[in-house]
Amino acid sequence: MPIDRQTVVHVADLARIALTDEEVERFTGQLSVVLDAVARLGEVDTSTIAPTASVLPLQDVQREDEPRPGLTTDQALANAPRGGRDGEFFRVQEVLEER
Amino acid sequence: MTALPPSIVDAAKLLRARKTSSLELTEAALSRAHADRFNTWLLLADDHARAQAKVADERLNRGDAPLLCGIPWACKDIIGTKGIETTAASRILKGYVPPYSATVVERLDAEGAVMVGKTNLDEFAMGSSNENSAFGPVKNPWCVERVPGGSSGGSAVAVAADEVLFALGTDTGGSIRQPAALSGVAGMKPTYGRVSRYGVVAFASSLDQVGPFTHTVEDAAIVCEALFGKDPHDATTMPLAREDLRRDLAKGVKGLRIGVPKEFFIEGMEPGVEKAVRDALRELERQGANIVEVSLSLTDHGLAVYYIIQPAEASSNLARYDGVRYGLRAEGPDLLETYRRTRGQGFGAEVKRRMILGTYALSAGYYDAYYVKAQKVRTLIKAEFDAAFAKCDAIVTPTSPTVAFKIGQKVNDPLAMYLNDVFTLPGNIAGLPGISIPCGLSEGLPVGLQIMANSFAEATMFRVAAAYERATPHQARPERKAA
Repeated sequence: MPIDRQTVVHVADLARIALTDEEVERFTGQLSVVLDAVARLGEVDTSTIAPTASVLPLQDVQREDEPRPGLTTDQALANAPRGGRDGEFFRVQEVLEER
Repeated sequence: MTALPPSIVDAAKLLRARKTSSLELTEAALSRAHADRFNTWLLLADDHARAQAKVADERLNRGDAPLLCGIPWACKDIIGTKGIETTAASRILKGYVPPYSATVVERLDAEGAVMVGKTNLDEFAMGSSNENSAFGPVKNPWCVERVPGGSSGGSAVAVAADEVLFALGTDTGGSIRQPAALSGVAGMKPTYGRVSRYGVVAFASSLDQVGPFTHTVEDAAIVCEALFGKDPHDATTMPLAREDLRRDLAKGVKGLRIGVPKEFFIEGMEPGVEKAVRDALRELERQGANIVEVSLSLTDHGLAVYYIIQPAEASSNLARYDGVRYGLRAEGPDLLETYRRTRGQGFGAEVKRRMILGTYALSAGYYDAYYVKAQKVRTLIKAEFDAAFAKCDAIVTPTSPTVAFKIGQKVNDPLAMYLNDVFTLPGNIAGLPGISIPCGLSEGLPVGLQIMANSFAEATMFRVAAAYERATPHQARPERKAA
């Protein structure tokens, strides 16, 4: 199933990625080729097959819940982007409007 | 000393005979790395390396040092190193300095190994040529107009060009084995669950493993012994006892059953690659192995399974790069626009393509048709390997259908690029261990032989690899060849 321009724009938006017009154009063509290739999976009969999320023979791994030291506030904030720290907090733009 | 010894084993002997010191080895590595012409390194940690070397020499003098003590190594820059910048070769992480080290780094630190620096890679390990690095492509030391393979191209070249004695890489669909093949060194991906990923930048979590690049099979086993084992910080590590992975190296292959999947000798494989691999199979047979044909009929579909599951997992893992807590922030008029601009400017083309592909495969209306379908075929691929390993002890194949290709040749054709990994990614889908070792040259460029074994049967994989290595002279280095 070929992917169209509008779908690429919509999916890029879901992925929170701003694309230039040139990128939308290029990716539409390239992703159509890739999606055509992966669509061949439809040839494989999987009507009675369960999906595999992980091949690891482990489940419900648990450990003792013991307190231990973590990062200090300064360590955790040390990589904040330029303008992204405000005292002991990461600074982001408002997401709620005042009423 | 201007050259490094040919292997970890040789260096360890020289260190114990007091014929060299860790500081001397480290200076040799640093001086070669600073003279590197292949864009191998994103960062050289001179002071850190010298400090580690001095501590290693003290430990060697006390006489109780492990084999890796004092040995200079290179770390793929997707593996976190405390206090040392870690970028995943992405603009979005430029300047990021991890507040803690990955478990694999801590384990090598505990052995006394000396980390020389951080190596170049395809951005977020997405690529098979190293051309997707935000900081320029790595060049192949056998021919600088050609790619070294990827994504761990810098780590492969650091070993191939004798700048360190081993390197760490990560392998999600072939990112250790394929660059090892194209650069003429050994590269090994452990069984899924063997090695902790704690502190490693996550790509596709059901597929990723960390593993070594080395000059010899024995060296690869030595590094694996240091890396393997349960980590309380990574719930996907198996609780297995420490294992001597070198116990079978000298046993030879007499009586072993070597499986050859008939579907792996495909159209599109270069004749020189096929010839080198057929010659290798004849050599194993000459040594007494029984060659048996096995069927992996879903090999073709492996690529499709991989290019759904891998971008789907990646699109989820890379959601964390939002310009809030670390890395680049490109501010817009509101938070949503800040996310979009940050990711639009911070990610390179291949990362964006995979984010879109993965988000598409997981989105409403396509989830069952793509993602769940791929997971079901994954079940069948695993079952085919289980059936194959009922008939054989190891599976031997080419690592990649071609030798190193020209820089720029496949950069605008993602599907052609993805085909590089058609023989390696089934091992990730099924979680199996695999090693690529040099098996001669085609048109003057290295060919890789892949040896896969059943889950947690690395000792058998190393046994077959070592038997082939002993009988062949394929450990030539690019510079020695040119000399």
